[in-house]
Amino acid sequence: MSEIVATVVSEGLRKTFTAPDGTSFNAIDEVSFKVRPGTLSAFVGPDGAGKTTMMRMMAGLLAPDEGALSVLGVDVRRDPQEVQNRISYMPQRFGLYEDLSVQENLDLYADLHGVPLDERKERFARMLEMTDMARFTQRPAGKLSGGMKQKLGLACTLVRVPELLLLDEPSVGVDPLSRRDLWQILEQLIGDEGLSVIVSTAYMDEAERCDEIFVLNKGRLLAEGTPEQLRGKADGLTYIATPADGMLARNLQARLIDARDCIVDAVPRGGAVRLIRAQDHEPASVSELLGGARIEPRPAELEDAFMFLLRQHETSGEGHKPPPLTAGASNAAPAVGSEDSGSEREVMIRVRDLVRRFGDFTAVANTSFDVVKGEIFGLLGPNGAGKTTTFRMLCGLLPATSGQLDVAGVNLRTARAAARARIGYVAQKFSLYSNLSVRENLEFFGGAYGLRGKMLRRRVRETLERFNLDASATCGLLPLGYKQRLAMATGLIHEPDILFLDEPTSGIDPLARRAFWRTITALSDEGVTIIVTTHFMEEAEYCDRIAIQDAGHLLALGTPREVREQAGNGETDDMDRAFIAIVEQGRARASDEQAAA
Amino acid sequence: MQAVIAYIAQIAFLCRKEVLAILKDPANRIILLAPAFFQTMLFGYGATFDLTHVSYALLDQSRGAAAREFVTRLDGTGVFERAATLTSAKQIASVIDPGKVLLAITIPADFDQRLARGEGATIQVILDGRNSSTAAAAAGYLNAIAQGANAARGAAPPITIERRAWFNPNLNSRWQIMPAMIATLSMLQTLLLAALSVAREREQGTFDQLLVTPLSPLQILVGKALPSILVGIAQSTIVLMIVLFWFRIPMSGSPWLLYLGLLSFTGAAVGIGMSLSAFALNMQQAMLYSFLVIMPLTMLSGLLTPIRNMPEVLQLATYVNPLRFGVDLVRRVYLEGAGLADVATDFIPLVLVAGVTLPLAAWLFRHRLA
Repeated sequence: MSEIVATVVSEGLRKTFTAPDGTSFNAIDEVSFKVRPGTLSAFVGPDGAGKTTMMRMMAGLLAPDEGALSVLGVDVRRDPQEVQNRISYMPQRFGLYEDLSVQENLDLYADLHGVPLDERKERFARMLEMTDMARFTQRPAGKLSGGMKQKLGLACTLVRVPELLLLDEPSVGVDPLSRRDLWQILEQLIGDEGLSVIVSTAYMDEAERCDEIFVLNKGRLLAEGTPEQLRGKADGLTYIATPADGMLARNLQARLIDARDCIVDAVPRGGAVRLIRAQDHEPASVSELLGGARIEPRPAELEDAFMFLLRQHETSGEGHKPPPLTAGASNAAPAVGSEDSGSEREVMIRVRDLVRRFGDFTAVANTSFDVVKGEIFGLLGPNGAGKTTTFRMLCGLLPATSGQLDVAGVNLRTARAAARARIGYVAQKFSLYSNLSVRENLEFFGGAYGLRGKMLRRRVRETLERFNLDASATCGLLPLGYKQRLAMATGLIHEPDILFLDEPTSGIDPLARRAFWRTITALSDEGVTIIVTTHFMEEAEYCDRIAIQDAGHLLALGTPREVREQAGNGETDDMDRAFIAIVEQGRARASDEQAAA
Repeated sequence: MQAVIAYIAQIAFLCRKEVLAILKDPANRIILLAPAFFQTMLFGYGATFDLTHVSYALLDQSRGAAAREFVTRLDGTGVFERAATLTSAKQIASVIDPGKVLLAITIPADFDQRLARGEGATIQVILDGRNSSTAAAAAGYLNAIAQGANAARGAAPPITIERRAWFNPNLNSRWQIMPAMIATLSMLQTLLLAALSVAREREQGTFDQLLVTPLSPLQILVGKALPSILVGIAQSTIVLMIVLFWFRIPMSGSPWLLYLGLLSFTGAAVGIGMSLSAFALNMQQAMLYSFLVIMPLTMLSGLLTPIRNMPEVLQLATYVNPLRFGVDLVRRVYLEGAGLADVATDFIPLVLVAGVTLPLAAWLFRHRLA
C-alpha cells in the first residue's frame, strides 16, 4: 500500500435528491476538499447543510452523482466495500439492538467485523473502561439513557481499530454532561491510537477542538481552515454590549437583531449581548442602536465566524432565505425598558410540592416554583432529569401523583379542560396533521379551542399573516423551519395566556433559532407567559428565570445570572459550564447523602 | 344553549378533521373502497359449499345393465364427473390419495344378478374424509340418487321425505353467506380503521396536541368514532349493493331495520377498535391486536359454522361477539324479512358491547401512558 497523502480527497462532488414536494435539490453541491491523515476534522453546518450526506458518501453508503471522491486512496464509487473494510462509521442513530445487553451488542459488532477472539478481551475491557460502562454490561441497551446509548454506539464502532473513523453528529440530542464525556473518550482515543477522525457537528465548541474545519451550508462548502484561520474571518467585527442597569439583555439583543442591515448576529450571553457588526457598516452606526449600553470590542470566536459565513451566504442569495417572521402587533423592538420587579405581577403558574412517581421510580420529587405573567421560564436538565415529566404535568398531559398545580388561576387537577383552554402547546416533534393543509390544521385546532364562525376566520387570517404562512401548503411537505413556525402558529391560534414549548429549537439552524427567539421575546412583551424546555444551554440566556432539574430534583431556580453565580467556579458567562457544575454539585450531594444514610 | 352549540361545534371540527385525514391519504382512499368490492366478489364466487363438480372413480365389476343404468343416472346429474375408470380395487388408493377424485364407486360383480333375483344389492362408496363436509354432502347426494333408482325400479322405500327449504328454496349456500358479508366485511375494515385512528396519532405525536386542547375525552371519542362508523356503513352499503344487484339475492326485510342493525353493529365494532387503539402504543401494536381479535370474532360468529355445533364454553363466548349478532340480525332481516320485534334481542348485546368499549376507549385516552 502506497503512502497516502490525504485520507479523503473530494473534487467537484455533487449529490442530488428529490424533495418531498417533487422538486430536486443539491444536498452536496460542487464540493472539493482534502483531509490530511492523522487529523481530527469537522464538518460543521446547520441542519440540512449536507453533513450527513457527505458522511454517507465518504462511508461508501451513498454514490455521488458527479465528481470524484477517494477515501484512503480508494475510489469510493468503484469499490465501496474496500473502503468500508478499512473505516468505521457511526451514523447519527447508531443501530444498537435494544433488547440485547451491552456486552451482547459488543460481541455482535465484534463478530460482524470479524475481530479475532484473542484481541477482543483486551479491546472490550478498554472500551468499557473508557465509556465507564463496565458496571452495566448486563443491562439491555434499550434501557440506557440517550448519552449512554451514544457512548455504547461509539464503543461498538470501535471494536476494531479502523484507519479512518467517521462520526455523524455523535452528540446530537445529548445533554452537555454526556457530550463532554463523549469528547473526552474521543480525544483519548485519538491521542492513544493516532486515529484519523472526521466528525460532523452543529456545536461550535466541538468544532473548536478540531484541527481542520469545513463549513457547509445548503450543500455548499463555505470555508475551510483551522479554527484560528476561521476565527480571523470575523476579526474586528465582534463586540460585547453590556446593557445599562435595569435593562434586559434580551431586549437589547432584540433591538440589535432586528437591525439586519448593520448587525450580522446578536445573542444574549451572561447578562450582556455579544454582537457581530456587518463589514460594510461603521462601528458608529451600531452605537445608535445601543440605547446607552456600554460597548467594547471582544476577540472573535468560532461561532462568530460561523454566523458571519452563514449570513454572508444567505445575503449572497445562494442560501435559501425564508421570509422574515413578523413579530406581530408589537413588531417594533421593545423599548429598552427597565426590568420589571416581578413581585407584583400576576402568578400564572403555581407549582407546590409537585410529585410524580412511576411505580417505585420518582421522576419528579417535591418541586415548587411560580411563573408570573409575561415571564419566559426555562426548564433545563440532562436527559432523563424529569424536565419532560414536569413539563407534561404542567400542560395537563400527565396527572400528578401529588402536589398542587394551578395554571392561569385554575387548579389543573380539578378543572383540566378550563385550564387547557388557556394554554398553547408546541410539541418537540412536529405533531400536526401532515396530510392536511396549513389552513385545515389551523381551522381544526382553532375549532378544538372553541373558536368558530367569524372569530375563527379572523384568527386564521391573522395567524397566517403574522407567521407568513402559505394557507394551501400541505403541512407534511413544508421545510423544517416552516413546520416549526406552523407548530407555533397553531399553539397561538386561540391567543392563550400561557405558551408551552418543548425543545422548540432542536433541529433548526442557528439563523432560524434567532428568528424564533425573537418571536418568543415579542410574545412575552405582549404579556404571554412562556414555559420552554431546551437542551441548548445558551438559550437559557433568553429566559427571565430558569430551573435546572436532575434526577427529579430542582437543583437551581432563578435568573440566569443567579444560576451562574450559584454554580460558582468563577464561571460568569458560560451557561454550559454553569449547568455542568450545578448538576455535578447536585450529584455529589446526593451521593454524600446516600453514603451518610 | 350556547354551551351546547359550542360543545357540538368542537366535535364537528374533529369529525371534519378525521374525514379529511382519511380522504386525503391516497392509500386510504383505495383501502376504503377496493377491498369491500373485491372481497364481496371473492366470497360470492369462491365461498360455496354447494356441490357442483364432484369427480369420482368408477370400478364396475358387474358390467351389467342395472349397473350401467345407475351410472347413467349419476352422470345425468351434471354434478358427478367421472375422472377415472378403474379395473381393480387395488387402484382405488392411487386415485383417492393424490386427491384426483373425491370418491370411488365400486359396483360388485353380483350387482345385476342380485337385483335380478329380487335381492338387495350394495354399492360400495369410498370417500375422501379429508374433506369431510364435501364428502358428507356427496354421500347424501348419492343416497338420493340410489333412492331415485329404487323408485324407478318400483321398489319404493316405505318412508320418503318431501323437503321444502324456507327463505332459501334451493339451499344455495351463497344465500347463506353473502348477506352475512354485509356485516362481516365492513367489520374487518372499520375495526382496523378505528384501531389505527388513535394509535396513528400517538405514534405521530398529534395525540398529545389533541389532548392539550380543551376537548373532553367524550368529545374526542364521538369525533373519532362517528367518521369510522360512517365509513363502516358506507362499506356495508357497497356490499349490500353487490349482493342485491350483482348476485341478485332477493331482500325480504326492511332496509331501515337493516341499517339500524348495521349502525349498532358498526358502533360495537368501532368501540372494540377504538379500545384496542387507545391501548396500543403504536400502529404496529394496534394492527397486531386487531388481527388477534378479528380471527376469533369471525370464527365464533356463526358465519360459516353453526354456533349450535360448538362446545358449550365457546357458545358462551359468542355472547360477547358483536359479529355473531350482527350476522344473525342481517341474515334474518335480509332473508327472512324479520321485523324489529323478531330481532330485538340481537340489539341488546350489540348495544352492550358498544356501551362498554366506547367509554373504555375514552378512559384509556388519558390513562394509557407510554
